[in-house]
Parts: sequence; C-alpha cells; structure tokens
Amino acid sequence: MSIALRDYAEAAGPEVIDALERLARPLRGRRVVHVNSTRVGGGVAEILARLVPLMKDLGMDAGWEVIEGTPDFYGVTKTFHNALQGVPAAPTAAGLQVYDDVNREAARRLGPSLAEADFVFIHDPQPAAILRHLPKRRGRWVWRCHIDVSRPHRPVWKFLRPIVAPYDASVYSMAAFAQPLPHPQYIIAPSIDPLSDKNRPLEESEVQSVAARHGLDPLRPVVVQVSRFDRFKDPIGVLQAYRIAKRRLPIQLVLVGGTATDDPEGDAVLAAVREAAGSDPDVHVLLLPPDAHREINALQRRATLVMQKSLKEGFGLTVTEALWKGKPVIGGRAGGIVLQVVDHHTGFLVDTPEGAAFRMRYLLNRPNAVALMAEKARRFVRENFLLTRHLREYLTVMLAIDSGGGDQVEVA
Amino acid sequence: MSSPEPFRFRDCSLTIVSLGRVARNLRELRAELAAVPVGSLQHHFYDAFLRPSFDDREYRNDFAAWTRRMLRDAPLAERLSVVDPLDCDDFEDVRDRLIEVVEERLAEDPRHADVPDGMEFRFLRSQLVYFDTGVRATTIRELKERLPKTTTGSVFYHFVEARFRSPQKRDDYSSWLLGFGDEGRALADRLARVDFQLWSLPETRARIAGCLDGTPEGLS
Repeated sequence: MSIALRDYAEAAGPEVIDALERLARPLRGRRVVHVNSTRVGGGVAEILARLVPLMKDLGMDAGWEVIEGTPDFYGVTKTFHNALQGVPAAPTAAGLQVYDDVNREAARRLGPSLAEADFVFIHDPQPAAILRHLPKRRGRWVWRCHIDVSRPHRPVWKFLRPIVAPYDASVYSMAAFAQPLPHPQYIIAPSIDPLSDKNRPLEESEVQSVAARHGLDPLRPVVVQVSRFDRFKDPIGVLQAYRIAKRRLPIQLVLVGGTATDDPEGDAVLAAVREAAGSDPDVHVLLLPPDAHREINALQRRATLVMQKSLKEGFGLTVTEALWKGKPVIGGRAGGIVLQVVDHHTGFLVDTPEGAAFRMRYLLNRPNAVALMAEKARRFVRENFLLTRHLREYLTVMLAIDSGGGDQVEVA
Repeated sequence: MSSPEPFRFRDCSLTIVSLGRVARNLRELRAELAAVPVGSLQHHFYDAFLRPSFDDREYRNDFAAWTRRMLRDAPLAERLSVVDPLDCDDFEDVRDRLIEVVEERLAEDPRHADVPDGMEFRFLRSQLVYFDTGVRATTIRELKERLPKTTTGSVFYHFVEARFRSPQKRDDYSSWLLGFGDEGRALADRLARVDFQLWSLPETRARIAGCLDGTPEGLS
C-alpha cells in the first residue's frame, strides 16, 4: 500500500504538511536523483524508500538509483567505512582500482539520468566517484555523508577528499562529523518514518506473539539492542553489561540484527557474539532478514529498556525508533546518540559495560521514572526526528543551493 | 477607525551550515567569538530554536549551554545566559558583550583546560528560507483560531525573528493587534509577558495562544 504525504498529518500535524507543500512549490517538476549502494538493509535505504515517494508526491520528478557492486567492491567500501570512522585500515591499490571501476561503470549506466538531473544526492562513499566520471553534468551535486568522518584514518581521507571536494555541497548528520571542504557543508539530522512497518503502532497481541515466538518470558524484563552485527555497535559490551546486571535482576537480553548486502563483516561479528553468548537461555541472538521490520518493531515494543551501546555511531536511528516507542535508551557516548539520549530525560549515556549495567538496574527499579521518560522521549522524536522534518530540510537545502547560498532566501 | 490589513501568516525553514570553526577551551572561544560572522552569533542565540534538539534545556543560548555542559564552568554559564540580544543595539554589540564576559572570566581564572574530543563548540550559521503560507487573519478572532495551527517555523518568524526586524523590537502579532484599539493593546500587553527565551517553540506557541484566549497557561 502506498503512503501519501497527507497520511503523515496525524503523526506530524496537518500544518507541517501544508508547509511542505508550500515550500516545495518552486521545486515542482525539478528532476532529483538519489544514488546509494543498496536497495535494502541499513538506515540509508530505509530513508530513501520513503523520502523519494514523498518528493514525488510534492511534484518533483524524483528517482532513486543503486550502484551495482561486486563482493570485492563492498569489501573495499567496508574498509573505507571503517577507516573513515578512524580504524587504521586501508584498501590495496587493486582494491582502489575496483572502487574506481565500479563507479566508472555506474557513471556509464546511470549517466543519462544523472547528467540531466537538477539535483543529484550521492549517499556515502560507495558511489561518490561517479561525479569524476561524469564531467558533462548540468545540475547541482550534493554528497550526503551518513557516517562519522570527524577523525578519519588519514590515508583513506586523502584518497576520498579529492573525490568529494568537487561537489557543490555536502551534508552531514551532525556538525561534529564534517570535514573541511571547499563547498558549503550542511547539517541535516536523519529521521524515522512513523508510518513504516518498523515504527507504526502494533496491536499488543502481535507484540506478544512475536515475543513468544522468540521464547521470551512474558513476565520478566527484556533489554533489547537492535543493530547490525558490527564491532562498532559493541554487542560484546552489551553482553558484559547484561551479565553484571543479571546478578541482581531476572532480565532477558535480545540482540537483534539484520544483514545488509554492503556489509561483508557481519557474519564474523555474529559468530563472535554467538560464541560469547554461550548457552545462556535468557540471551537471544537473532539474525533477521532485512525486511523483518514488523518483527523488529514488535521486539522494540516488547523491550522494557533499549540499549545502543555503540562505540562509534552515525546518527543512531535505532535510538530514535526506541524513543518513538516510548522506551528509555541506555546509549554509548558516541555520534548522534549524544543528541538523543539526555540523562534522566530520555535515558542515560554510558561509557562502559559497567555503566550500562548500573543504569539498567537504576531504570528497572524505577517504573515511574521510566513512564515519565517514555512521554518525553516520544514528544522529543515527534518534534524533531520524523521524516517530515527531514524532507523539509532537503527542500530547504535545495532551495538554498539554488539561490546561490545567501543567508536569507525568499521563495514565491 | 479602519481595520488593519489582514495578518499574513508567513513561515520559514532553517538549514544549518557548518563554519568549520571550533573552540576547545575558553581562550579559543574568545578568539572565535571575535572572528565569526554575526550570522553565526544569531544562529547560536535564536536560529537554534528551529534546530532539532532536546527542548528541555537548562540554557537556551548555545554559548551558555556549552560552557555549562562541556567546560563545566557554572559561573560563566550563568553570566552568558543573561546576555540578551534584545538589550543590544545589534549583533556586533552582542559580540562585544560576549567577549567582555569571557575575558572577565579568563581574568578571574586563567586555568581553563581543553574539553574532551568531540565536545568542542562548533560554530554554525543558518540559511533561512521564507515563504507565505497563504493563511490570513482579518479579525482578532481569526488570529486566535489560526495561530495554534501554524508551524513552529511560523511562530519563530513572527514572534522571535520579528523583533530583530522591528525598530521597536516588537513581535508581528503585537504590531498587528495594536491596530485594533483597546482590545488589541490589551492582548499585545499580554503577549509582551511571554518570554520566548525560556521556552521551546511549541511551548511558546501554546503560551501565545493562551494569552489570546486568556487561559492560565498564557498568563503564567
């Protein structure tokens, strides 16, 4: 079932929808193309799956293209991903050649569509080099970087910088993620879709059914972490925190992750997590397919508390999802988690497994505090992190770039 | 007396641009305050109201918030929190006052350490896109009915930013209400008591609506 812009009025407010329609008027008929590296799995694909139809709904000629990589290519771009987040790793010369070859082929295949577009948004490093292989282009090109590149491993940034510098602008999820580049650097926080299967309200019976299917005891507290099996999400640290808290509390732990075609390290991390979990019947390590959105929704709703104990994080949309469902979050002091988790208001920031264990005990012994946090958390997301706000900021950036970059832009 | 022109509800949308300038300690903050464009100061005082952020904040201007949360300098945060652009001639005057407060603190206690990595003050500026909503009010009653249904961007435009466009530093709603004689003046007097610097924009909108309706929330 397709979802129209007006369907968001209940979650975001009708006035917000009216404003989007007004703001988008000067952009009607303009060709806007997004390019990323995967159609399913991961936050970027989830956002584009909804953002692009809404842009169409507003009268733009919006499209979404995906580059076609090889396993070697995704191996190289995963190394990029890690290195840009500070891991001292670098692709080989052969790997860099694979990266360039895939981007050249993407430029050849997508060229006719991209060269004529008014705005092209290239998401993350994987397709970033398309621009250098498409010298004849007429629109504005924006590099949308979803990851934390604040402290990149220098050799990899030295390779990537000349690739992204020629863009007309770049966009980051947080000011702290930006790198000096010779073009305007916009800050746009990402968002969640309140009408998606992952976030829409569910019947309690469905929540209970999913929990029962995964063997959760309905009478005991459940702590859930939802994230890819990625070392930066620190699933082993979550297990350590659980074991400390378990000495005092009859808790159950769910570590639930999906797979993404552009993440070749997931299997190795999953194996390490399963080994660390051992035979504890209260630890549930679940690998779900990328389209298991309702199931994840149900598990988040079943959670008493949600963890996101990342060591490095982009924005941390799983935190936003949990807050939207009224769950306090115990989060690592990393990336966008810091913007969302406010001590004593929406959860707690922690630096260690011990800290996470203490906050689990603190919250599970204070149901009244949890109820107050739930209310604040949901309001916080409604006012700041719904898809409609994200869409508005994309429109605003396009209008600002189109106007030449002045501080104040008047649109008819 | 003729009725004023209809009130035209306008709206604005913010996009944030990184200046790439950071301060890791109080001396760097002082140096950057002297160097950044005034638009950045305006962003960190007011445009930030439109920025996605947790709204139950202790301090509303970013300088006071950062010195309290990251530098952990409570006296400085308190002094910065009362620097009020509405008391200043313009944002160059705001800049001078901020620098004066910071220099005074540096003279009192020069031992200011760097904040941890990732906790730096990052200077930003705004690009604001303005547009007409097409909504009009021709009577006070229509203003009362329609204002609660406007966006926070519209409230920002008419109630916050308007003060920097108006020689009297007056918000747009009050300016328009003053064209309605005693009733309008009474309502404008009530609106003057809504201290937008203490509230998030949704809260400010609720208080303005309360003032126009005469409900306790608006008068508190």
